[in-house]
Amino acid sequence: MRTILYIIQKEFRQLKRNRQMLPIIFVMPMVQLLVLSFAATFEIKNTNLYIVDNDHSQLSRELTAQFRGSHFYTITGYTEDYKTAAKALELRKASQILIIPDHFERDLNKEDKAKVQVVTDAINGSAAALTSAYALSIIRDFNVNLLVDTYPAINLKDPVDVRYSFWYNPKLDYTTFMVPGILVLLITIIGLFLSGMNVVREKEIGTIEQINVTPIHKYEFIAGKLIPFWLIALFELAFGLTLAKLVFNIPMVGSIELIFGVAAVYLIAIMGLGLFISTLADTQQQSMFLSWFFMVIFILMSGLFTPIDSMPEWAKTINIINPIHYFIPVMRNVMLKGSQFSDISKHFWALACYGIISISLAVWRYRKTS
Amino acid sequence: MFKFIVKEFHHIFRDYRTMIILFGMPVVQVLLFGFAITTDIKDAKIAILDKSNDYMTHEITNKLLSSGYFILGGNLDKDDQIDKAFRKGDIREVVIFEKNFAQKIEKEQHASVQIIADASDPNMANLLFNYTQSIMKDYQRQLFKDKKFPLQIQTETRMMYNPELKSVYMFVPGTITILLMLICAMMTSISIAREKELGTMEVLLVSPLKPFQIIVGKVIPYVLLSCVNAIIILLLSFFVLGMPVQGSLLLLMAETILFIFMSLSMGIFISTVSQTQQIAMMMSMFALMLPTILLSGFIFPIENMPVVLQYISMIMPSRWFIIIIKGIMLKGSDITYLWKETLILVGLIAFFIMMSVKKFKVRLA
Repeated sequence: MRTILYIIQKEFRQLKRNRQMLPIIFVMPMVQLLVLSFAATFEIKNTNLYIVDNDHSQLSRELTAQFRGSHFYTITGYTEDYKTAAKALELRKASQILIIPDHFERDLNKEDKAKVQVVTDAINGSAAALTSAYALSIIRDFNVNLLVDTYPAINLKDPVDVRYSFWYNPKLDYTTFMVPGILVLLITIIGLFLSGMNVVREKEIGTIEQINVTPIHKYEFIAGKLIPFWLIALFELAFGLTLAKLVFNIPMVGSIELIFGVAAVYLIAIMGLGLFISTLADTQQQSMFLSWFFMVIFILMSGLFTPIDSMPEWAKTINIINPIHYFIPVMRNVMLKGSQFSDISKHFWALACYGIISISLAVWRYRKTS
Repeated sequence: MFKFIVKEFHHIFRDYRTMIILFGMPVVQVLLFGFAITTDIKDAKIAILDKSNDYMTHEITNKLLSSGYFILGGNLDKDDQIDKAFRKGDIREVVIFEKNFAQKIEKEQHASVQIIADASDPNMANLLFNYTQSIMKDYQRQLFKDKKFPLQIQTETRMMYNPELKSVYMFVPGTITILLMLICAMMTSISIAREKELGTMEVLLVSPLKPFQIIVGKVIPYVLLSCVNAIIILLLSFFVLGMPVQGSLLLLMAETILFIFMSLSMGIFISTVSQTQQIAMMMSMFALMLPTILLSGFIFPIENMPVVLQYISMIMPSRWFIIIIKGIMLKGSDITYLWKETLILVGLIAFFIMMSVKKFKVRLA
């Protein structure tokens, strides 16, 4: 036990001495949390609309005014020529075009129906689907108002009355969703990279030989290497949660103890993985590359940004080895919905197994002889 | 000089593990992202709380479940089970039919459905609610086919550049950017920091090679590697993922090489300010990876961000490169549309090289 304490002491001293590293470990993650949480949003706040009006009628102007009045739209251009509008779309000056053909008002009055066209830049498919739906709903509202004005007696009510409520986040605030996830990401980066790189660094510089000739046991060495970073990561989690509460006003419905309990296990799993990766590598460069490779895949498949439900079965199977995808739902469910241990126990045990396996692999792979 | 480059090549190729990662990574990532990651909603689990259990509620339920958006995650009997279902985390939405649903519709022409969405994921909740609502609307239209309204404005919608709304079109440009950035910026910065850390930099500095030659020699192997990688990624996305190349292939290659140089100069800059590999790595990691993913328009549209962040994203080289790739591949834009973005990349190269020259010390501290 005392040996472990000495190694821990050594690690902390080394860390304290490293003037460049300290700010990277402590300041960068927090800055990132603050900046990036605001960036990660699918919420569409503004759409640049170009209008092609070939009708020039009272009605076409009213329809245009309906769009202008919506705080969701900024009208960036007004033309009679579709080509001008198409060019604006290509230059990204507009992301949507509303085309009102000539005889729009006449057709509507004479034949009881008329057409308009909405063209959307669909490179970002999901955003396009939303903005397109939004344009449709504005036109529909316009249509309904027109009907009610013309035929005051008309009954437009739908027979099925759809009521809705959004639970846990009624304002559909995106930061509420992202902050817990990004927090996971930051402590993961700290845990995975610092622990992994640390051992390889000693290997590369040669100081590991000096440790190898001492009577330190394998497990003592590994524990001594892991505990400092484990503490740092937990500290950052605490700090990050405070920021989440104070700056982002994220609700903390569930129990904080539960979050820290699961985080402690999660970090062991992550650091075991980092250590295992580092035992596969001879140089920091290799270790970093391997970690980076797994990290990017883990992050993007973790459900942090995109829904896991939509992934194909084989991808969900791959996700079994992705530790992040166990922990992100735990953070979100406990923080936002107040899930209890019984609700998340499946994820907890998965992480516990993960931790045991990764640490054992790391201990097994680590050789005191070269 | 030539011998020095050969030495660097030996260094890199001897390290077979890094080589495997370097060439395996693009393949694995492009395939994974092409097939596994999507922002579309599919197979979201919903729970049904059917207090009526009649033919109409069954019809609506079937219609919901056959839409492809939803799968049944469970049937609930009581209101107080809803919270529990949500807390477990798999159920995204609960649909509640009121008592005597069909009867009410037939007699009073009016009945209500309640949709409760788990809005801890706001985007998902919003989309699911929209889908559910439009399926309900469809059902009613079928039910009351003969009801017709005058004065109908019909809207035709057209999706430009990506009519099938594939999310691959978003992810491939982003993936190319991330990978090139990593390979160029991280690898160069680390390999230079490595020479510093191990002390071999001094050996190089006392050699007759000029500092500028050292840097060029270090960088050339990575330029070649990155070009090969870029070609692999582009071929994969073209043949396997079906990404079109509407514009000129030549321009695409030229812009890619420009971006590679940009990343390299950035890598050199990072290495001049960091003492150890660990620092170089953490810098590339924190300063490059997450911002590259989040602030470049790779996943999240820049227009939706707070104004301050929109300005910050302007200094992200990846933002401009993603615009260029999307323009050439999907819109078929030529240089007259993209000169601004190209100039910005050139400017960034100049900036990083100037800063590195200023920081580079021939004598190590």
